[in-house]
Amino acid sequence: MNRQIQFDVNQVNIKTEGRLSRPSVVARNRQNRLARRTFFVVTLLPMILIAAITLMLIVRSWPILSAFSPRDLFLGSTWRPDRGLFGFWPYITGTFWVTAVGVLLAVPPCLLTALYLSEYSQSFTRSIAKPILDLLAAIPPVVYGVWGLIAIVPFVEDVLAPLSRRWLNFIPIFAVNQPTGFSIVAGGIVLAVMIAPLIISVVYEILRTVPNDLRHASLALGATQWQTIRQVVIPRVIPGMVAAIVLAASRALGETMAVLMVVGNVARVPQSIFDAAYPLPALIANNYGDMMSIPLYDAALLCAALILLVVILVFNILSTLVLQRMLGKNWT
Amino acid sequence: MMRKRWRRRHMIEAFFKGLMAVSFLVVAGGLGAILWTILVKGLPALTWDMITQVPQGGFYLGKGGGVLNAILGSLYLAGGGTLLALIFSLPIALYLETYLGDSDWGRYVRLSLDVLWGIPTIVYGVFGFIIMLAIGLRASLLAGIVVLSLVELPIMVRAMDEVIRRMPVDLEQAALALGSTKLEVAMRVVTRQMLPGMITAILLAFGRGIGDAASVLFTAGYTDRIPTSLLQPTASLPLAVFFQLGTPYPVVQQRGYASALILTIIVLIISIGSRLISARLNKYTVK
Repeated sequence: MNRQIQFDVNQVNIKTEGRLSRPSVVARNRQNRLARRTFFVVTLLPMILIAAITLMLIVRSWPILSAFSPRDLFLGSTWRPDRGLFGFWPYITGTFWVTAVGVLLAVPPCLLTALYLSEYSQSFTRSIAKPILDLLAAIPPVVYGVWGLIAIVPFVEDVLAPLSRRWLNFIPIFAVNQPTGFSIVAGGIVLAVMIAPLIISVVYEILRTVPNDLRHASLALGATQWQTIRQVVIPRVIPGMVAAIVLAASRALGETMAVLMVVGNVARVPQSIFDAAYPLPALIANNYGDMMSIPLYDAALLCAALILLVVILVFNILSTLVLQRMLGKNWT
Repeated sequence: MMRKRWRRRHMIEAFFKGLMAVSFLVVAGGLGAILWTILVKGLPALTWDMITQVPQGGFYLGKGGGVLNAILGSLYLAGGGTLLALIFSLPIALYLETYLGDSDWGRYVRLSLDVLWGIPTIVYGVFGFIIMLAIGLRASLLAGIVVLSLVELPIMVRAMDEVIRRMPVDLEQAALALGSTKLEVAMRVVTRQMLPGMITAILLAFGRGIGDAASVLFTAGYTDRIPTSLLQPTASLPLAVFFQLGTPYPVVQQRGYASALILTIIVLIISIGSRLISARLNKYTVK
C-alpha cells in the first residue's frame, strides 16, 4: 500500500544503523504478521483438541459399538467382561443418581446464598465470601474424597441411614438395604459441596446483570426485598440459573476421585439412594490401564469415556451458550 | 386487614432473609468442616519424616519413611504442566484480545475453551494414555506434564482473558495511535498491564494441576523414587493419598490423612498467595 514510505524509512534506518538499533517498519510489520500467524495456529489448538479427543474415543470404542446393539450395550445390566458381556446400565444409572443427588442437595442453599450475596449482604460479607468460595474451589478432589471418607461416610452410616430406616423405609428410593455408609448419598453430599462454589459464583454473576433501576422501582412501589427478588429479579435470571445448574451437573458427572472414594463401587443398578453405586468415571479409573488380556474390554472402557464425554459436551455447550447470551460482555 | 398483610409480608421477608443467611453459613461451614477434619486427622501423623524422606522398605505395611517422592513429584508435574500450558496460553490469550476481540471467532474460541474446561480430567488421562501407547511412551514425568498442561490450559487462558478484557481500551488505542504494531501492543502494553492477573492465572492453574489425580493416574505412573529424568515415572501427592487410604493398615491410612493435609496446605498457600501477590502488584497497573 504505502510501499514508498516504508522504503524511505528503511533507508533512514540503514543510515543510522549502529546509533539506533531499532528494527525498521518493514521488519516490525513482518514480525507482526509472523506473530499473527503463529498465534492463530496456537489459538486453533483448543478446538483441535476437542475434535481429537472426541474422534479418538469414537474410533477406539468402535469395535464394541459395532459388536453390540445399542440396546444391549446401554440398557444391558450385566457387566462381565470375562464372558464378553458389557452392559452399561448399572454404571449409567449410578452416574445419574450420584449426580442428581449432588445437584439436588447443592441447588437450594447455593441459589439462596447467591441471592443473599447479591441482594442483601454488606460489602464486608461479600469480601469474605469471595475468598471462601475460591478456597472451596481450590481444594483438590482427592481431599474432598478424604473428607467424605472420614466424615460423610460415617455420618451416613450412623445418622442418616438409621433415621431413614426408621421413618422413610417404606419409600423405595429411601430404603436402607446395606449396612455401610458407602452410598449414593455420601457421594452426593461430597459432590454438592464440590459444585457449590461454581453454582454460587455463576448465579451471582447473572444476578449482577439485573439493572438496579428495576430493583429500585419495585422497592419504591412498596414491595419488600423478598417480593422484589421473587417478582422482579428471579424471572429475569431463570434461564441463567438453569444454565448454571446444568453446568454444575456436567462438572459433577465427570468427577472421578472424590466420588470413587465414597460411593462403594458396586456394579448393580441402584434401587435406593442408600445403595452403593458405580459411576462411569470410577469404572474407568479403576480398570483402565490393566485390562489388556480381555478382548473388547479396552473398547468398552473407552466407550464409557465416550458416553461421559458426549453427555458433558452437550450439557456444557448448551449452558455456555445461554450464559454467553445472558452475561453479554461480562461473560468471560 | 392492611396491617395484617403488611405484617405477613414482613414475616416472609424476615424468614427468607434468615434462610439465605443460614445457607451462606452452611456453605462457609462446609469449607470449615473440610479444613477442620483434614487438620484434626492429618496433624497427628504429620511428622518431619513424612516430608523429608522417601518411602523406606515396607512403607505401605507401616514401616518408616515419608512422602517426599510424592511431594516433589507433584511439584515437578504441576510445575512442568504449568510452564507448558503458559507457553501456549499466552499467545492464545493475546490473540483473543488483540486480533479477535468480541468477534464471532472470539466467541467460538472462548466457547471451546469453556468446553475443554468442562471435560473431566479422567478423559484427558485416557486420551493421554492412548497417545502414549501410540508413540510408545511409558508412564513418565513427561507424559504426566503434557496431560496436565492440557488440563490447565483452558483455566489459564480464561483467567488471563478475563484480566485482559477488564483492561482500559484507551491504553491499547494510545499505543496503536503512536504507531505500534498489534504485536508490540500485545507484548509491551498488554502483557505488562496483565502481569498481576497473569500471576493469578498461573497460580490458579498450578493449584488445579497439583491437586488432580485422575489425569496422572495412567500417565505419570507411581514410584517410590524421586524422578531424575523426564522419562522416569513419578509419584504424585493425590495418588499417594489415594493409595495410602486404600491399604488396610491404620498406620498407613493415618499417613494418607497426613499426605492429604500436606496437599491441602500447599493448595491453600497457593490460593492465598495469589490473592496477596495480585493485590500487591495491582498498584502498578493502569486502572
